[in-house]
Amino acid sequence: MKIHEYQAKQLMAARGIAVPEGRPAATVDEAVGAVRPLVDASGNPVVVVKSQIHAGGRGKGRFVEHPDLGGVTVVTDGISGGIEAAEARVRALASRMLGSTLVTVQTGEEGKKVNRLYIEQGVDIDRELYLSVLLDRAVSRNIVMCSTEGGTEIEEVAANTPEKILREAIDPAYGLLGFQAARLAAGLGLSAEASRNGVRFMQALASAARELDTDLIEINPLVVTKAGEVVALDGKMSFESNALYRHPDVLAMRDETEEDPAELEAGRHGLSFIKLDGTIGCMVNGAGLAMATMDIIKYFGAEPANFLDVGGGATAEKITEAFKIITRDPAVEGIFINIFGGIMRCDTIASGVVEAVEEVGLGVPLVVRLEGTNVELGKQIIDESGLNVVSASDMKDGARKIVSLTT
Amino acid sequence: MSVLIEGDTNVIVQGLGKTGSFHTDTAIAYGTRMVGAVHPTKAGTTAAFRGATDPSGVPGRGETYDVELPIFGTVAEAVGATGATASAVYVPPPFAADAIMEAADAGLELVICITEGIPVADMVIVKRFLAERATRLVGPNCPGVITPGQCKIGIMPGYIHDPGRIGVVSRSGTLTYEAVFQLTKIGLGQTTAIGIGGDPVNGSSFVDCLALFDEDPQTEGVLMIGEIGGTAEEEAAEWISQSMTKPVAGFIAGTTAPPGKRMGHAGAIISGGLGTADAKIAALEGAGVVIAPTPTDMGTAMVEAMGQS
Repeated sequence: MKIHEYQAKQLMAARGIAVPEGRPAATVDEAVGAVRPLVDASGNPVVVVKSQIHAGGRGKGRFVEHPDLGGVTVVTDGISGGIEAAEARVRALASRMLGSTLVTVQTGEEGKKVNRLYIEQGVDIDRELYLSVLLDRAVSRNIVMCSTEGGTEIEEVAANTPEKILREAIDPAYGLLGFQAARLAAGLGLSAEASRNGVRFMQALASAARELDTDLIEINPLVVTKAGEVVALDGKMSFESNALYRHPDVLAMRDETEEDPAELEAGRHGLSFIKLDGTIGCMVNGAGLAMATMDIIKYFGAEPANFLDVGGGATAEKITEAFKIITRDPAVEGIFINIFGGIMRCDTIASGVVEAVEEVGLGVPLVVRLEGTNVELGKQIIDESGLNVVSASDMKDGARKIVSLTT
Repeated sequence: MSVLIEGDTNVIVQGLGKTGSFHTDTAIAYGTRMVGAVHPTKAGTTAAFRGATDPSGVPGRGETYDVELPIFGTVAEAVGATGATASAVYVPPPFAADAIMEAADAGLELVICITEGIPVADMVIVKRFLAERATRLVGPNCPGVITPGQCKIGIMPGYIHDPGRIGVVSRSGTLTYEAVFQLTKIGLGQTTAIGIGGDPVNGSSFVDCLALFDEDPQTEGVLMIGEIGGTAEEEAAEWISQSMTKPVAGFIAGTTAPPGKRMGHAGAIISGGLGTADAKIAALEGAGVVIAPTPTDMGTAMVEAMGQS
């Protein structure tokens, strides 16, 4: 689960991790109202207006409605014009940004609507670094990863200058040890005051990752100020979904407007669904088989419209819901149901499919491949239903049939 | 011969909820030597299992049964009283990691954890705990392990398996059934089928299982089924090219999976450009593994691999 930058910074600040002071704003007035207290607190007349969406690349992103405007804007009007000038500028920016659609490298072409801004104190930047805490699957531990190349995507650094990435694995019994953090700080070229602050920052961040069950905390950039402070200029946090049950405070930060409505709906019915760009809707039991079903559709020359795992204990009700979700997508030109009934019986599945088709209706070709327990009974139920459903003998046969029926 | 489990393996079950009870029943129906159960509040009582509930209607060894399993309060007590060497863990996610560690602490040789949804941080602790112990973990979030005709620990349908010559190791559940079914139909059968699970932090790896199969005299070849996410398949490819003496065929799911999206399994995600199906397929092919172009071709890929060696 992802949260917004302002929420991540609230969680960090509460754990002693240095972040600039800021205020979220859902309206233009809230945005303007944030300026004076922030400037008063810092003595710095510069503020930053930041779009809050669940995607990176906001600074370089552009609004659909305002192609001249980026998703993050530094307001310097206060330097010469005083607070009133800063407020006027924030008012102008906020009224254009709020409710507009921001397109970044991570949002896709359709972009994301900006419902909230974060107004933040300006920071006197000396250096920009990169810092993250994430799982390293190869060692089965969280690691702290950092680099001197702040502001650059870490994938790019990894591809071009992998030697610039430093790592320390966190032993779950001890946390990030002082000497490990000091080693990273030295590798980043931090000295004296900045090194002490960097060590403190990294250890606090590692503890927060453990306490909050994050699967990623990424600070890019992490900045060193001219005074030697180490501060999170940006902050991205996402949480491991299996552990959310023990973090109701984090769960309360979920912003469902940032998520795909069909994926949300599927989740409510215990279905694992991911929307894709193709035309063949898929309904499968098991995640591996569901992926393999997408692959085989592509193999025969079409593109899957979705990933959908109905799970091991699929009931008629679940199948009906899955069917509704698939057929709601106007791009779907055909549906392939691929079930290997092991513990789940094929006759149960077949009855579920028949019920679903009768309830939802069927406007596109449907190919059903059933295998496993009571497969003959399942096929019989489909055949005797009188519905326009094509049976397939195996996965290959099914994929070939649905592709030929839709092209 | 087989790996991990055999007909005389004594097994306890941890977790007697709906799933744990159901699959203890199917295990007994299959012929698995279930010898006890662990449940903190039902200690001192017994759990009754009467009659084949295997939904396939094809119980492994045929006979009807009437089994009363003694329930113990702790794994150590269960091991002391029954001599069990293996455990099947069906404990709910919040308590599953502790159940695995308790089983390891009690000295079990093998712990098979079926539970899906264990927090990653809990598994990080489990891995560290197990590093200092001899216990082997399979899973979590897996279908389990089966040695056809002898012992079944997990949620897989027993009847699709057939005693035979191929070792199967997989990160996926139903895709394993698909593979096993093809091997059975083609007449190769299985020595043992191991589901290592779909989580990012798990117990036994592909490499661990490949090494077991390579040493098992009855296993003549291995079919491995991987998917996007992590580098376990790349590590397997490295190991195969260095050490494997038997033919290997494989399939990798997720060629069409978009980056950054978790495809059902917690571990099935391409992140930072790493963990793509293409990279895994290239690594395995480089190690001489015959990769099935579609999941329907897994059995024939295995035949091809056997023919080449």
